[in-house]
Amino acid sequence: MMHDSEPATFDAGEAPGAPDAELAARIRAGDRGAYEEVVKRYATRMIAVARRFLREREDARDVVQEAFVSAFKNFHTYHGESRISTWLHRIVVNAALMKIRSRSRRPEEPIEPLLPKFGEGGSPAEAALPWEEGAHDAFEREERREIVRRCIDRLPDSYRTVLLLRDIEELDTCEAAELLGITENAVKIRLHRARQALRTLLDPHLRRITP
Amino acid sequence: MITCREFVEFVWAYLADELPREQKFEFDAHLAVCPHCVVYLDTYKKTASLGREAFFDPEAPIPVDVPDELVEAILAAKERDEE
Repeated sequence: MMHDSEPATFDAGEAPGAPDAELAARIRAGDRGAYEEVVKRYATRMIAVARRFLREREDARDVVQEAFVSAFKNFHTYHGESRISTWLHRIVVNAALMKIRSRSRRPEEPIEPLLPKFGEGGSPAEAALPWEEGAHDAFEREERREIVRRCIDRLPDSYRTVLLLRDIEELDTCEAAELLGITENAVKIRLHRARQALRTLLDPHLRRITP
Repeated sequence: MITCREFVEFVWAYLADELPREQKFEFDAHLAVCPHCVVYLDTYKKTASLGREAFFDPEAPIPVDVPDELVEAILAAKERDEE
């Protein structure tokens, strides 16, 4: 599955155009042009958000479509306490998580095989090797990003979603717990397991070949 | 002295500064003598930062166009929902 990288600057602030407060007022007044403006302004970004969680491009589109419809239907709950993009982001993440839950019919692959192994006395079964320092050019950087995305995709869903929420979407523990319907302690433990597992998956790709 | 297993198991708490003071000292002492855990800690931290970098590319052009058909699909879905 191919993911798209989102430009880092795309994550910053309000997009150009009418300010959020003005757009919000027009939406409340039922201005169809305002709905269209919000969709045009934020749909691409929201698809990128959904794609982080959903393995299929069509699923991401469906989720974004549902999220916008839900957002407009419930626009009375938006009070301007955050940017429209932030509010939409939350709705899209929630919708993506619901989609994942609705798809989880098979038992999840266990994460234990991806966790570090230890011998008697707590010594590591295999010595950790340092990783190569950074990628050297744009091609290598994109190659590395693709490797990381593929490895994240291999994580079991209940761990992958926590990693995405905490390390990629940068929600705090409390927010992630609330979205997932689990305790904060469960978030911390799953995040740790997810990082350990991701580290295991990345290690063969990134370990330094020469000492 | 803690073991490597114990270090790796609670490295998240160590990084989040959630360990009680005495335990933090034990973890620091372990790092001073264990090259495996020094490398593990470094690669664990890199794992977390690589995750975010995987989805955000400062060199990618900022997309400005949304496909018209997607805009229409969303607006049409909204209209249907209101009926």
